[in-house]
Amino acid sequence: MTDWLGPEEWQALRLSLKVSFWAMLASLPLGLLAAYALSRWRFPGRQLLNLLIHLPLVLPPVVTGYLLLLTLGARAPLGEFLGQFGITFAFRWTGAALAAGIMGFPLMVRAIRLSLDAVDPKLEEAAATLGARPLSRFFTVTLPLIAPGILAGAVLSFAKAMGEFGATITFVSNIPGSTQTLPSAIYAFLQVPGGEASALRLVALSVVIAMGALLLSELLAQRVAKRVAGK
Amino acid sequence: MSLSVSLHHDFGGFALDVDFRAPPGLTVLFGRSGSGKTSVIKAVAGLLHPDAGRIATADRVLFDGVTGRALPVHRRRIGYIFQEPRLFPHLSVRRNLTYGRRFAPRRGDRAEVDRVVEMLGLGALLDRRPGGLSGGEQSRVSIGRALLSAPEILLADEPLAALDEARKAEILPYFERLRDETDIPILYVSHSVQEVARLATTVVAMEQGRVTRAGPAVEVFADPAFSPTGPRDAGALIEARILTHHADGLTEVQAGPARLHLPRTPGTPGDPLRLRIAAQDVMLAREAPQGLSALNILPGTVTAIREDAGPGVLISLTTPAGPILAAITRRSLAAMGLTTGTPCHAIIKSVAIAQREDPRVG
Repeated sequence: MTDWLGPEEWQALRLSLKVSFWAMLASLPLGLLAAYALSRWRFPGRQLLNLLIHLPLVLPPVVTGYLLLLTLGARAPLGEFLGQFGITFAFRWTGAALAAGIMGFPLMVRAIRLSLDAVDPKLEEAAATLGARPLSRFFTVTLPLIAPGILAGAVLSFAKAMGEFGATITFVSNIPGSTQTLPSAIYAFLQVPGGEASALRLVALSVVIAMGALLLSELLAQRVAKRVAGK
Repeated sequence: MSLSVSLHHDFGGFALDVDFRAPPGLTVLFGRSGSGKTSVIKAVAGLLHPDAGRIATADRVLFDGVTGRALPVHRRRIGYIFQEPRLFPHLSVRRNLTYGRRFAPRRGDRAEVDRVVEMLGLGALLDRRPGGLSGGEQSRVSIGRALLSAPEILLADEPLAALDEARKAEILPYFERLRDETDIPILYVSHSVQEVARLATTVVAMEQGRVTRAGPAVEVFADPAFSPTGPRDAGALIEARILTHHADGLTEVQAGPARLHLPRTPGTPGDPLRLRIAAQDVMLAREAPQGLSALNILPGTVTAIREDAGPGVLISLTTPAGPILAAITRRSLAAMGLTTGTPCHAIIKSVAIAQREDPRVG
């Protein structure tokens, strides 16, 4: 099983899975909150928040990476401050996870927000008249209805994290074993003579993971529609 | 338990200004669309925060504009039957029905669920999802869901408006049973005279954000000034009880000390009935008429005359059966010399049963 991938390739895959998993998990609560705020609340600055969330989608990834380096790098004030508490991002896998999380965030928020928009707020109103306090309403009515949407968002964010390259390599570089994710490894293999075979194996792996994720998120989105219709 | 509602709210261009009491039984908020009825029950539910006023039951204040105290929606203990059913699509009918129970301070026993399920005929639907139910079935589930949250006030916002006639006929009896079998105040929004005549214990008539008339249904319907949808629909309500069924196909009912004859009406002696006598179906005579085919003739005294009601006039009379209305022409009014206090006889051409579909007698 292990012999069709070299040790360096395995290392990159393992690191990518770890980075993507944590990037996805850490963005979930924030993504849910942001999607809820954008879908249900009207507040000043709502458009600005929407814009900020979507910025990584259109900004060159290298810009996002560089901005992260400027704010959270080892020499940056915020980076130094967090460093005192043992929280460091620069040139570590946590930094790769942060970069990947930010790049996948708009995809996650969009998926959750779409499913929230499909849920009639009047249902929450009905739950209120039946005696449910706000948090109960959310957990017994809204959350079950959007659960497939949340899963779809998580899958997309995970898949995006698996493929993230530009921001990651800019922010945390390409260090085998600590920040060399799947795409960085492909890039590295392509830079050395005779690395094409390794690169191709990783490319195939990437294609399979990406397609599987897209398929899964589509299936989950269909389930939202079905759930909301009460079938 | 009764509910008192007094509130003022400015919508910008439309002001709501109402003050009324809803005693036990069913109080219909009656008026055209846009008269502010729904806003009133939204304020009672806490879904609308009025600028000023006070909403309270005998022992609880739901909203007080002076102190600014407003109970949040989920603590008001109301059952709200919305115009559309608003069932939770991801839950089975059973779990929709019991949704409010877990939040109720006094958790009703299983027998209560069974009773409501039986009353609304939901037994066969319990394991289904709302998406597959018909409109009438969804309505019934939403009524049951509101009831099972152990409410202290029941609010219904035109629950029949979205249904066709057959479905309406299916749901109406359930509201009659609610009115007769529970002792909580029910606020029911409607713009249908038929629904009001059939269901209302108390009527609160609204027009452009204000209450124009409020009181017991029988009194309000007997007021010639109360013809919200035009004098054509004017007609009094009579509370009666079935006395006996005669062999010739008639049913005799007792209304106060008077007796009336109707076509055979289902029910056993002693059953209450509400009759509706349309003003257009009443003729007046100064002398006791002889040799008429009409079965129901009541002696009475004119109490009020309304002359601005369209082409004719509306006469209000007290009779032993209760107050009734008669629509006559201006010429007859002049020829008969009717004034307040004139004794006369009311010849009732037909009596409709407000509680059921419309069997009429000639």
